[in-house]
Amino acid sequence: MRRRITVASAMIGALALFTLAGCTTDPNVSENTESAAPEETEESVDWFDQALFDKQDAERDVVPEGPENEPYLQYINAEFVDTSQFASQGAKKACFANASISNPWRQTGWITMNQQLQVLQEAGAISEMETRDAQDSDDTQIADIDYFINEGNCDVFIISPNSTAAMTPAVQRACDTGKPVIVFDRGVETDCPVTFIHPIGGFAWGIDTAEFLIENLNEGDKVVALRILPGVDVLEQRWAAADKLFEEAGIEAVDYFTGADPAEIKKIISDELAKGDVQGVWMDAGDGAVAAIEAFEDAGADYPVMTGEDEMSFLRKWKETGLTGLAPVYSNFQWRTPLLAAQMIFAGQQVPSEWVLPQSPITAEEVDEYLALNENMPDGHYAKFGGENLPGYPQVWEDRVIP
Amino acid sequence: MTATAPRTDAGRPGAVDRLARFGRTLVSPRGAVFLLLIVLLVAITVMNPSFAEPGQLIRFVQRVAPVAIVAIGQYFVIVGGEFDLSMGSVVTAQVVIAGNLIGQDESKIVPVTLFMFAFGALIGLINGLVVSFLRVPSFIVTLGMMLALLGAVLYWTGGAATGNPADSFREIGRGGIRDIPVLEILPWSVVVLAVALALAIWFARRPFGRTIIALGDNPVTARYAGVRVWWVKTSTFIISSLSATVAGILLVGYAGVHPSVGRGYEFTAITAVVLGGVVLGGGRGWVVAAAAGAFALEALFTLLNFAGVPSTYRDAVQGAIIILAVAYAATTFRARRRGRALETSPGGPPHAPGPDASKEQAAAEASARPAPVPSTPRADNDTKGGS
Repeated sequence: MRRRITVASAMIGALALFTLAGCTTDPNVSENTESAAPEETEESVDWFDQALFDKQDAERDVVPEGPENEPYLQYINAEFVDTSQFASQGAKKACFANASISNPWRQTGWITMNQQLQVLQEAGAISEMETRDAQDSDDTQIADIDYFINEGNCDVFIISPNSTAAMTPAVQRACDTGKPVIVFDRGVETDCPVTFIHPIGGFAWGIDTAEFLIENLNEGDKVVALRILPGVDVLEQRWAAADKLFEEAGIEAVDYFTGADPAEIKKIISDELAKGDVQGVWMDAGDGAVAAIEAFEDAGADYPVMTGEDEMSFLRKWKETGLTGLAPVYSNFQWRTPLLAAQMIFAGQQVPSEWVLPQSPITAEEVDEYLALNENMPDGHYAKFGGENLPGYPQVWEDRVIP
Repeated sequence: MTATAPRTDAGRPGAVDRLARFGRTLVSPRGAVFLLLIVLLVAITVMNPSFAEPGQLIRFVQRVAPVAIVAIGQYFVIVGGEFDLSMGSVVTAQVVIAGNLIGQDESKIVPVTLFMFAFGALIGLINGLVVSFLRVPSFIVTLGMMLALLGAVLYWTGGAATGNPADSFREIGRGGIRDIPVLEILPWSVVVLAVALALAIWFARRPFGRTIIALGDNPVTARYAGVRVWWVKTSTFIISSLSATVAGILLVGYAGVHPSVGRGYEFTAITAVVLGGVVLGGGRGWVVAAAAGAFALEALFTLLNFAGVPSTYRDAVQGAIIILAVAYAATTFRARRRGRALETSPGGPPHAPGPDASKEQAAAEASARPAPVPSTPRADNDTKGGS
């Protein structure tokens, strides 16, 4: 009996450890810099990169080139690469290694991507797309990519990496097959892909949001920063930029990891409100923004100045409460671009080697417009999803059935 | 503390004696968690005096309610000698069910709530029957159930948040009776917690509740005593799943729908129960102490929030404090049990350990290490019978 208890306790302990360990992300993920990243980033936890910060800061003010009403085909400061060696006739098979669809942003993009796929299938550019979902696991995604390389019979690899450093060798192997590789969203530390598609980036997000809060707050005011999880470059860069600007402006900012759990967010805000006034809320992603606002309501406190995301739940709550807000955007329409890029590559058209898509926040003046445009969309939908001219609009996004 | 004060005055207990008894209770297994809770609450109040305001305190109770209810459910399973690792995922599943099935349609609130309770009971029933009849260890059964439920939730939602259910449904977790003097608001969660706790205390004192403890203490004697083991065991799992359902309903209101709601609740609940001095493996423990364990845990998290511990090593600090607290609870428990063994001579009043026991207790308390093993052969209750 005694031994049974000990064994059971040990099992509980071990399981708890596994659970905790499962939550950690690869600590070696470093900034996605185009210039060779110095090796020291492997050890240091400093996500701030002045060069990248300045680059993205500048890109915020660039008017993007490309077709006017198609932001998913626009580009900023592009350097084009020749793709004539890939030019060929006929419908091609695309293989898509997806990091996950475990948050509303990725789900919205995934729906949009499937509608885009339909268009290209009808146009005869893509025959089919085989997709493997890595469910947020580096190991799974490496296996997925290797499967595609060895048995996928793929004509083009589309990869949305789960993490930066861990996925680099696998992407390199895909490149070595000689077939075109397209990477989007999070980056990798190799420039072997034909094109790397992403919105301006995390630092731009951080600058937009921090500048907005600093403008609307006074020196010495307090901002609570709600962060999803550590170790993912696009998220860490958002905070790295905002944290730096807050410090320079004399804004007191405390950050918490929430795992996007609304119960956790509510506890954090309640405790902060019990400690003293909170004038601002900064989020590295809009998931859970409503819980944060509700915590202010429940505590009977004044609404904060707040930055969320272009998720409908936040836009609606923002409108309903009339708070001073900004919805930064990590352009969801980028999910259309990889398939369109594949079409262009097989047509031998040149594409930007680093395809920087526009990324601009939704301001208080624009929020009504976006609310009206997406009136019947579910709460998890993203306003700048960019699929208005695709078949199935708006029904497919309203039903939100994950393909 | 004053645990060493000997019982000098014959007859009626004096003030010193009563204080001594109080002190003893606080460091005893039943009391250690309350001592910890008091220390934590005082520390929070020192750091942030406004926490002691009634309005703030009741909000704190509201926030702890779901965890405490889960801990109460887990208590019955653990004291009956098993584990329920599926509680957290039952919470998650119920949250997602509420969000998806109720939506904005208020007429669906009652049927869906009934369905949720039926679903919760079914999960408990399956756990209990598999443990009882297929003889699979509960640790594995409920672990499997946890994964199965999480997988089903992932399949259903894709792992992302869906819309919140109607506000009137969320009222039970978010709202309360307003305009109450002193408190401002009496949250429904607090009412639900009070009812759940009262029910649990009542249930634990009923013959059936005592049977659960007897079964956890020694399944063989329980069986010989004519206990229907399978039914007692299964009912503990049903209780725990139903309590997870209640917690889920409160959490939908408090927080909203997200697949991460409820994550880790099984471990929080087990930690709370152990912190409350309940023995893993069953047979000993008090349900109120288990609930207090949940309060102590949440107070700890709040303390860390108030202390401004950086988010990067917050988990490490939490873990270290939990290990220390559980170690302390376990140490005082063992010391107490050795003390009790001496005191079980016929006629000895249950609440007045002899001078020997007091000394040992004091030693244990001072050194936070187990007291020396007494020479009496009956001392070690750890050698529980059977198997």
